[in-house]
Amino acid sequence: MNPSPEKGAKCEVSFFVNGKETNLHAHPMERLLDVLRNELGLTGAKEGCGEGECGSCSVLLDGMLVNSCLVPIAQTNGASVVTIEGLSTHDLMSPLQHAFLECGGAQCGICTPGMILATVHLLEKKPEPVLSDIREGLAGNLCRCTGYMQIFEAVAKAAQRRVAK
Amino acid sequence: MRADPAEYKLVSPGNLQGVLSLLASEPAQWLPIAGGTDVMVLYSAGKLPIRKLVDLWNIPELRQIEVLPDRIHIGAACTFTTLRGHEIISREFPLLATAGSWTGGIANQNRGTLGGNIANASPAADSLPSLLVYGAELTLISMRGERRVPYGTFHTGYKKTELAADELIQDISLPRKFSGYISHARKVGARNAQAISKVCLAALGQIASGTIRDVRLALGSVAPVPLRLEETEQLLVGRRIDSSLIDAARKSVVDRIRPIDDIRSTARYRSAVAGNLVAEFLEKLAMEGTKA
Amino acid sequence: MNIPHIVGASVPRKEGREKVTGAARYVDDMALPGMLHGATVRSSVARGKIKTISFGPGVDWNEFVVVTAKDIPGKNCIALILDDQPCLAAGTVNHPEEPILLLAHADRHKLRKAVEAISIEYEPLPPVHSMEESERQSTIIWGSDNILKRYLVEKGDVDSVWKEAAHIVEGEYFTGAQEQLYIENNGVIASFEPEHGVTVWGSLQCPYYVHKALMALCGLPEDMVRVVQMETGGAFGGKEEYPSMIASHAALLAIKSGKPVKIIYDRMEDMVATTKRHPSRTRHRTAISKEGKILGGEIEFTIDGGAYATLSSVVLSRGTIHAGGPYYWPSVRIRTKAMATNTPPHGAFRGFGAPQSLFALERHMDRIAQVVGISPIEVRRLNFLKTGQTTTTEQTIRENIDLDRLLDRALELSGYNVKKKRFAEENKNGPRQKGIGIAAFLHGAGFTGSGERYLNSLVGVEAAADGVVRVLVSSAEFGQGTNTVLCQIAAEALGLPYENIAIAQPDTTVVPNSGPTVASRTAMIVGKLVQSAARGIRDTLAKTGLLGDEYSPEQFRAACREYIAAHGALKSYARYESPGDVYWDDAKYRGEAYAAFAWAVYVAEVTVDLTTYSVTVDDFVALQEIGKVLNPVLAEGQITGGVAQAIGFALYEKVVWQNGRMLNNQMTNYIMPTSVDLPPIRVFFEELGNVHGAHGAKGIGELPMDGPAPAIVNAVEDATGVRFNSIPLLPEDLFEALFDESADQDVSSPVRGSA
Repeated sequence: MNPSPEKGAKCEVSFFVNGKETNLHAHPMERLLDVLRNELGLTGAKEGCGEGECGSCSVLLDGMLVNSCLVPIAQTNGASVVTIEGLSTHDLMSPLQHAFLECGGAQCGICTPGMILATVHLLEKKPEPVLSDIREGLAGNLCRCTGYMQIFEAVAKAAQRRVAK
Repeated sequence: MRADPAEYKLVSPGNLQGVLSLLASEPAQWLPIAGGTDVMVLYSAGKLPIRKLVDLWNIPELRQIEVLPDRIHIGAACTFTTLRGHEIISREFPLLATAGSWTGGIANQNRGTLGGNIANASPAADSLPSLLVYGAELTLISMRGERRVPYGTFHTGYKKTELAADELIQDISLPRKFSGYISHARKVGARNAQAISKVCLAALGQIASGTIRDVRLALGSVAPVPLRLEETEQLLVGRRIDSSLIDAARKSVVDRIRPIDDIRSTARYRSAVAGNLVAEFLEKLAMEGTKA
Repeated sequence: MNIPHIVGASVPRKEGREKVTGAARYVDDMALPGMLHGATVRSSVARGKIKTISFGPGVDWNEFVVVTAKDIPGKNCIALILDDQPCLAAGTVNHPEEPILLLAHADRHKLRKAVEAISIEYEPLPPVHSMEESERQSTIIWGSDNILKRYLVEKGDVDSVWKEAAHIVEGEYFTGAQEQLYIENNGVIASFEPEHGVTVWGSLQCPYYVHKALMALCGLPEDMVRVVQMETGGAFGGKEEYPSMIASHAALLAIKSGKPVKIIYDRMEDMVATTKRHPSRTRHRTAISKEGKILGGEIEFTIDGGAYATLSSVVLSRGTIHAGGPYYWPSVRIRTKAMATNTPPHGAFRGFGAPQSLFALERHMDRIAQVVGISPIEVRRLNFLKTGQTTTTEQTIRENIDLDRLLDRALELSGYNVKKKRFAEENKNGPRQKGIGIAAFLHGAGFTGSGERYLNSLVGVEAAADGVVRVLVSSAEFGQGTNTVLCQIAAEALGLPYENIAIAQPDTTVVPNSGPTVASRTAMIVGKLVQSAARGIRDTLAKTGLLGDEYSPEQFRAACREYIAAHGALKSYARYESPGDVYWDDAKYRGEAYAAFAWAVYVAEVTVDLTTYSVTVDDFVALQEIGKVLNPVLAEGQITGGVAQAIGFALYEKVVWQNGRMLNNQMTNYIMPTSVDLPPIRVFFEELGNVHGAHGAKGIGELPMDGPAPAIVNAVEDATGVRFNSIPLLPEDLFEALFDESADQDVSSPVRGSA
């Protein structure tokens, strides 16, 4: 029988979550996903697979789309994290929300937070995406309900409206 | 989540010296972690026996890209997104940039690193065949100093490399001599994105007056290590491309590779497709050769 | 009341705002004070007697809540149909991952280690791992003959047709298991108080199924069990019967500990332990006239049910009834059975038997065409059901469905004829072979035969003093649009704005039993009851003189306020009444199987890449007649989602089995299509109405699952000339088939076209 493994110490993590400075004590290998959901009550990011395949845990880390189930909390020190909850002031959120609602981009809704963050990330890099850009930008976000078609429409519509603005 | 974070240590020295002295003081006890796209998957599945990790994500020395007249040095912790977005890399080393676009979705490309892809040493890793054909050289670093090794011999067996227990990959350098080459890459996976490769080809060729001047071929997922197809290349150099040459090349590929049956695919399929991919490349090369 | 039509408009999803802002609450987003986490200790063998259970060292077992079969207060079963599935294995296990023990602890990590510290010794028993092995009956693992259920449908005189036949066409077709792969894994929270009983919050489709199961398991009366459906992240049938199991586990732990218990599966556990689509084998033997008309035939349809009966009898039923498709069979004998094997029980998955038997039929139709020497189009035209004709179960088609014209339209929309010619030319050069294929099919909505009468659904509508109307149904929203469509129907029935209608969260203490959210019945059957109940509110107010025939929302509100001040509450209920002309003989399996059929013709265009042997669907046309489109955006979403799932069924999703256990139980290795794998899916509707459905609606949730797989495989055969009769059709399978065709070659010889 193995002796119990040595317990690692917790560390201080200081980072920005949705613009708010956040300090906490956590084991350095806590997954960012679990910290967001369990410590900070931000349950918008979901665990669909725990393997970085489904994208339902997607958040923005220093402006980059990442799978939060694969990020150890210690690596977020000094960084800025944005979750779906933090998008309500983002200037894309309103047209994006509306577009998803109008076009049927959300059915069961479980992939939707991640899908919307992936869309924000895409539109920031490519404000006028063509369909192949949209497909590629969302390839890391699995949706089992929609078959993606209405999500593509929602993204295209949101992009058009933002450009038109 | 099948691991207890309380049982793991992750230290972040924040600089290269700090990491190297840790590796030197306790060799083989510390697992370097950069973007975590491989390590964290194992960890979450409860399949990471090593409990001490050292953070490479925030080491500036590992993120430089140095462009010299004849070589480019890519820091090992550069992400695939960085590689894809780098002007010189996408222009002169398109096979590497393409491999970056294959490695998971955007979120995984934002975190996955070239050094991590190499050190993890999966024979299915997307970037490895391109590094073989580009003749990459690795700079390995430890407290004992720095050494350069040709990438071609770096992988010694399934998930085994020449990396010593106290060493890190510091950078990957590529010679800037492939601008005149025709490049071709194709990955065959179970779907078009987010797929582990079943067979993966990186190829470079130069053709002049219908004759192959130079050809470089490498395959992933068909052996315990990524393979440079030297025998096939030797068969091809100096020859004119016709259907019997293509058949001979195909046969030499199938003879060289050692694919397996696994959860994703079969050895027979991999063999056939590997041969087809090389044939496809040679046809493309032949077509390019007929142009002015 | 000049409100534009709400039914038929693409009003926004009722709970949409919450979903796009991340505010929607799924079960894992919820926690209760003092809550423990629960975990399941499962069998590592496919079949055996449990000899010993050892609680290993290194764990302080006093800290843990431990539940075994002995702790079950009521009956150790998951009450469903035959009640043969135990909640916890007592002496014998019959499939890998069968639940044996339950543990709970406040610390998730200690819990997991405790699960790993339990070792179980078994005395192995010989397992059965395939339908064929089960049929051989050399090892009996269920009942007396391994047969979970069988049906026989006979129409006309089949035995006499063979001698008249110009052709006798035979074929054997296979479909594999498929994982529902909802992005939200199964999960529940249960709590128990001696005064109130058990409460369960869960990700589920059928609150009253769980309610019934918990009553039996816990030995509790109706009013001591409460089931609440949380926002549910996808279901597809995978949360029809399975939640009764996980809810039972959480409930037992809650009862034993006196604390709330949450059980959430991770992806690996969910994939390996829960239900999948039933694998199937269909054998066709068909007597065909010289021109290509079906004279009669024999169909043998067998499904693999796994270790316990669970829902296999109903899946088998639907597969049986759909086996003849949208064609006229003057005579037929359909013999079907569900076999037991030592694998986790297979269960409900969108389509529920029909995708399996329709795959076989639509492949077989193309085969018949080949043998006769006519086109796949012609053979279908010759055999389509016409108004006034009867189906294989002798149900008369009463509506004016013109399948010939539906086919014409599908061909036009897809450019079939032009493409067929073009592909024949283009395929001469190069390694990319193009093909186009069709499938024609139907899907019966609602429960079979007398099923709806048995369900006896009850629906409520309640008006509050502020004029807000609330729909009370146990029908669950899990993405398909239930909340929205039922509110649209209520709004239209009451002449009120859509915004004034709400729908109660399905909670068995609040909503009546409107039946399970399955069988594509909700819009059609529950919707009609919502309409009646809503009208009941109007009638009540009208009868008391508080409301005229026409009124504004403000007048409605005033009327409600006054009524409630006088009477306390304003509620109206409507109960299902079976239409008088629906007659079904359960013994002979004959009669009006379904209140309504939706009809469809799908066209798939594919490219087969002979370099990689992979099939890509380039374009997909989905044309269906569905009675009435209640909400165009939602309806289209159901079709595109179903087509995508069926493309997965056809080309990508393979369950790799090893000794009855799923080996590839991770998303890395179980492949569903991503956004870069799917073609444009072009959706078109026709509306013939339906007397039995709300606003003439028929069910559409499952229909799109039935057609794509055979259309795609028909297209692949068109492209390659090779007959594939088994799905999923992976590149490896295509390669082996092409390789066999060009025999005497080793793998280094080219099996592809060259430029």
